[in-house]
Amino acid sequence: MVNLGKPDDAPSAPADGAPPGADFGQPGLTDPSAPLLRLRGVGKSFGPVRALSDVDLDIPAGQVTALVGDNGAGKTTLIKCVAGIWEASSGQILWNGRPVHIRSPKDATALGIATVYQDLALCDNLDIVQNMMLGHEPLRLGFLDETSMEKTAQQTLADLAVTTVRSVRQTVGSLSGGQRQSVAVAKAVMLDARLVIMDEPTAALGVSQTELVLSLITRLASRGHAVVVVSHNLNDVFRVADRIAVLYLGKLVAQGPSSEFDRQSVVDIMTTGASTRRGNGDGSEPAGTRGMTSGLED
Amino acid sequence: MASDRGDSSQEPGGPVALVTDEERMEGATSAAALASSSTDLIADSLGEYTRIWLRRVRGGESGVLPVVLGLAAIVAYFQIRNSLFLSAGNLVNLMTQAAFIVTFGMAEVFVLLLGEIDLSVGFNAACGAVVTLWVLSGTNPPPWWVGVIAGLAFCAAYAGIEGVIITWLRLPSFVVTLAGYLGGLGLLLALIDLAAPNSGGTIRLTNSVLNAIEGGSMSPAASWIVMIAAVVLAGTFMRTRDARRRAHKLAAPPVSVTILKIAVMAIAGVVVVLICNTNRSVGFSVVEGVPWVVLVILVLLVAMTILLNRTRFGRYVYAIGGNAEAARRAGINLSRIRVLAFMLCGLAAGISGIIYASNLGGMSSNFLGGQYVLYAVAAAVIGGVSLFGGRGRMLGAVLGGLVVGVIYNGLLLLGFSAAAQNIWTAIVLLAAVTVDALARRGSGSSTTR
Repeated sequence: MVNLGKPDDAPSAPADGAPPGADFGQPGLTDPSAPLLRLRGVGKSFGPVRALSDVDLDIPAGQVTALVGDNGAGKTTLIKCVAGIWEASSGQILWNGRPVHIRSPKDATALGIATVYQDLALCDNLDIVQNMMLGHEPLRLGFLDETSMEKTAQQTLADLAVTTVRSVRQTVGSLSGGQRQSVAVAKAVMLDARLVIMDEPTAALGVSQTELVLSLITRLASRGHAVVVVSHNLNDVFRVADRIAVLYLGKLVAQGPSSEFDRQSVVDIMTTGASTRRGNGDGSEPAGTRGMTSGLED
Repeated sequence: MASDRGDSSQEPGGPVALVTDEERMEGATSAAALASSSTDLIADSLGEYTRIWLRRVRGGESGVLPVVLGLAAIVAYFQIRNSLFLSAGNLVNLMTQAAFIVTFGMAEVFVLLLGEIDLSVGFNAACGAVVTLWVLSGTNPPPWWVGVIAGLAFCAAYAGIEGVIITWLRLPSFVVTLAGYLGGLGLLLALIDLAAPNSGGTIRLTNSVLNAIEGGSMSPAASWIVMIAAVVLAGTFMRTRDARRRAHKLAAPPVSVTILKIAVMAIAGVVVVLICNTNRSVGFSVVEGVPWVVLVILVLLVAMTILLNRTRFGRYVYAIGGNAEAARRAGINLSRIRVLAFMLCGLAAGISGIIYASNLGGMSSNFLGGQYVLYAVAAAVIGGVSLFGGRGRMLGAVLGGLVVGVIYNGLLLLGFSAAAQNIWTAIVLLAAVTVDALARRGSGSSTTR
């Protein structure tokens, strides 16, 4: 009757191969120039099914990283591991160079990871302010402080240059798809998110709505947020992405600056796991990934 | 009943309204676009406000307008058929008759907003009333409030247990409260038997304070003072809120609109007090003044409206009713809010039971708990509360309860049978739901629930 706890109730894998984060045990190793989020050998199994294996991924701040792959390639599994919906079965997650364990969505939120799912999780019957502040309402004398809520919400929307909503007191149900997406992003950013993960943000949006969301994504990155966009739409990916990471059958087969890719090479890698057209010629082991790790491991 | 909850958000761009004129505003400056706000906040003059309001009404966001218009139409019909209908005596009689249905409707709002339902409110209330009367019976009874607290605590606990079962075992509220309904009926019979053995299934209300809720009135002078104080308080609150918004450079409703609202409140208050202060005695004595129950309902309405609109609890009730998954991801403890809402529903139902007992001078095992529950749900739905959660206001339930009460009273006055009363109530309920659904459909609003 109530779709309570759908993601949490999903089969959670045994934590046998838990990331040996403590092995490195050197929390002082924070490198300011390092990527905000690094995945090292992250894997995820559901019983005998290996949905992800050995994923090494770098997500730098201030850039848009596009995560692409065919259906079933493991995109959603990967972002759910980062967002704390599922716990990774193996491997290590480094946040600011520091090993972390993300076991629940709360852990992710506490780190500054915000995820905007495809279903957006907005209440149609509440207005924009109420949706953005949901769960974090400031109180004044024990009652909701609508004035400060509205100011905070307006400020966040203005910072993101979301100007298409006529009123922040409109109900979300009356908004267009792109506007809803904007509200969901603003809601995520407002909680001091440093990494914003967006799952298929432009799916099911019209042309002008897509424009709206793409410009929002660019703006997020230029404000210093790390942005991960999961998308099927290569047009959109090449429009906004600074980096592209390609998943193929649960493995990360390519990643690098988007200038190293073109549409055909991405399609090749998505469908076959490799491409001969890749700029640096090395489709499966992108340069730089291993090199960056060594500094930590030594 | 809540099976479609959350569906609306499954597809991101799915069933959303086409707000084309807003999309065309993409080039507008942020200041202009953001400065405006909802209902009264977009307008900067009374004329503008009226235009926006009319557009919202046409768009299905009609608020309490349909129920007010419906109430006026029904009242006009009865007045034409029987000129006694609008006499002071009958109107006051109507207020006291409808009072317990109004409070039942208010009780149901808490759970309806969650997309749940409580079918047990009727017998829960009756059991609570019996507890109250039991505590207050005997030769040396405690003060009235001890009995009231005992009865209300019983009702809140009864509904709270149902809420716990519903949330912990994730059972449909319809079935759990159906069990609560049957169990409540049994408990009522047992309790009355215990409290007043060999009384033929009735327990009398001997406390004069509780009897005065329905039977007594404020003095005419006190009626005026209370009414004026209520209007002044509400007016001050609205003006202060507007001033605070303006001080923070947020859009506030135009002064003329606020003054108009205060004027409407004042006129309604004056009309009620004028009616009630007319001598309605048919004998030599003088019977005048506003019945205490009107004040009780007014206080309840204000308290519950504040609870729903100005507290985190109320906000979360609406959020859960709108999209439970979104509320869960926002870190809201759904179980706690749900159980609390059920307890509040039980509490309000308990007040309703005491009002009923006050009206009848006691509680009887013939209490029509099943019918009154359906009246309560009907009152809420007629007042614009959605059965699927997330939409509706306390004021709506009060007006809806009045509609049910007016039909009951009017048909009784016209000499209709119980059969006709129920059929007419059914027709009005259907009409109310139809008007609501058609208005929503016409608006192309995101949800068709």
